[in-house]
Order: sequence, then C-alpha cells, then structure tokens
Amino acid sequence: MDPGVEQDLSLDATTRLDTPWVTIVWNDPVNLMSYVTFVFQKHFGYGKKKAEKLMHEVHEDGKSVVSTGTREEMERDVQAMHEYGLWATLSKAE
Amino acid sequence: MSGFVRHRRSKLIHATFPVFEADLLRSLASQIVELLHNESAIPSATRDPLEQMLDFSGPTTEPEDPVLLRLFPNAYRGDEESAGEFRRFTEGALRDGKSRAAATIIDVLEEAGLPSEPTEEDLTIDVELDQETALVWMRSFTDLRLALGTRLGVEEGDEDYWDALPDEDPRAQAHHIYEWLGFLQETLVHAVS
Repeated sequence: MDPGVEQDLSLDATTRLDTPWVTIVWNDPVNLMSYVTFVFQKHFGYGKKKAEKLMHEVHEDGKSVVSTGTREEMERDVQAMHEYGLWATLSKAE
Repeated sequence: MSGFVRHRRSKLIHATFPVFEADLLRSLASQIVELLHNESAIPSATRDPLEQMLDFSGPTTEPEDPVLLRLFPNAYRGDEESAGEFRRFTEGALRDGKSRAAATIIDVLEEAGLPSEPTEEDLTIDVELDQETALVWMRSFTDLRLALGTRLGVEEGDEDYWDALPDEDPRAQAHHIYEWLGFLQETLVHAVS
C-alpha cells in the first residue's frame, strides 16, 4: 500500500476521535442581532460575513452550530457564550 | 437620547445620561449584583448535611429562578449528569464575572459624578469608556436585558402586545426600560465595532 494513503487514513481517524463535539447557539427573543454577530466575531474570530450567516441561522432556524472541536474546547466555548449571555449548549456532532 | 458614540480621536466611547437615567442604570445594575449574591437563589440540594458542608465547589442543580436559569442555562440537553458537572465547574466563575461587570457600571457612573442621592434634576452624567470597559458594559447590559426580558416574558414579535398596554401599567413601564436598554446596547455594539 502507498504509505501516503495509509497516513491519510490514520490522520482522518484521529480527527474523527478528537473532534466529535459541537457548540450550538439557540435563538432567544432578547439578544440583539447586532450583538450576537459581534460576539461571534469577537470570540471565534470569524469575519463579519460568517458571523452574520451564523446569526441568521440562529434567528431563522432557531439554532446554529457555531464551532466544532473536542469536548473540552466546546465546554470552553459554551462557557464563553454564557459569559456573553448567549444561550448555548454542547453535544456530540451528528 | 443619543446613546454611545465613539470619539474619533481618543477612540474612547462616550455617553451622556440625564441624572435620572444614570440613577436608573445604577439601580438595575445593583439589582443584578444582589440577585447574583443571593445565596437563597442557589437551590440547596436535599442531601447529607455533612456532605453538603464539605462540598466547597459550585452548585450542580439548575437554579429555580427563571432569570438565573437564563443567565446560567444548562450546557447539556438531556444529560443531567454532564449538565451538573459543567455547572459545578463554571457557575461560580460566571456568577462572579457577571456580578463584577454590573459593579463596573455602578463604579463608572459614580466616578463620573453620580451622587448617591441625586437631587439636582438637570444634572448630566458623562461617561467615557475604553474598549475593554465598553465590552464589560455590553455584557452587563445583556444580563440586565435578559433579566428584565425573562421577568416580563418577552417573546419574539410581541411588540403589539406591549404597545397596547396602558402607560400606567407597571409592566408597560418595565418594558419601556427594557427597550431603552436595547437602544443603548445597539449604540454600544455599533460604537465598539
């Protein structure tokens, strides 16, 4: 077998094991759209376009996956969202 | 009413409040501080008293008060154990942070000249915030709005309901304050962006 292929496969498996969690932000009737966009830019370092897209998902679909990573990373993101007053949860990626 | 504006040269964020508005902000911020420090608001789990005395960590059960539950929501849906663990490790720090943020609003207003018992009606309070302090105010305004919004039962697209309430209804007055805070928040987000 081509060693390069094998390496790719094992890397892929590692990624799957390490990053099966997501942070979800839920819609709430209080937070301003401008503020939610600002928080996504500030905390995640997202550009304005991406932050606005996520904010619209939250607003229109009721929720949006805003970050993906390890469980520990997602717990930190959720805590940060709660600091900002956004309603966030974490769960295993579907 | 002009809200917050960023000064082009100094980069500082300014706002001028009539004294009664500054006093109202201080009073709302103190209520948040009090709510967050109110130990009885933290539900005491019915369990072994010795175990309870030896447990110095944070709470693991969700708050009964809907405002506190909104400020400290469950981080896991449908997984009580993980939600409890998360709460144990985060709620204390979150409480302190929110309480400190509200205290910052009070401190800044008082340093800007807000007397403890305002008597002079035409006094105005000028505040000047650096970027970092403006972010603290922004987070605390969010907490204030979440607290008021939760108490009022604010819902998406319910403006007509609030507009139809008679002015003397205390809920209408509280909703005006809620909207005023929203206006301030909007100008603050704009000023720091």
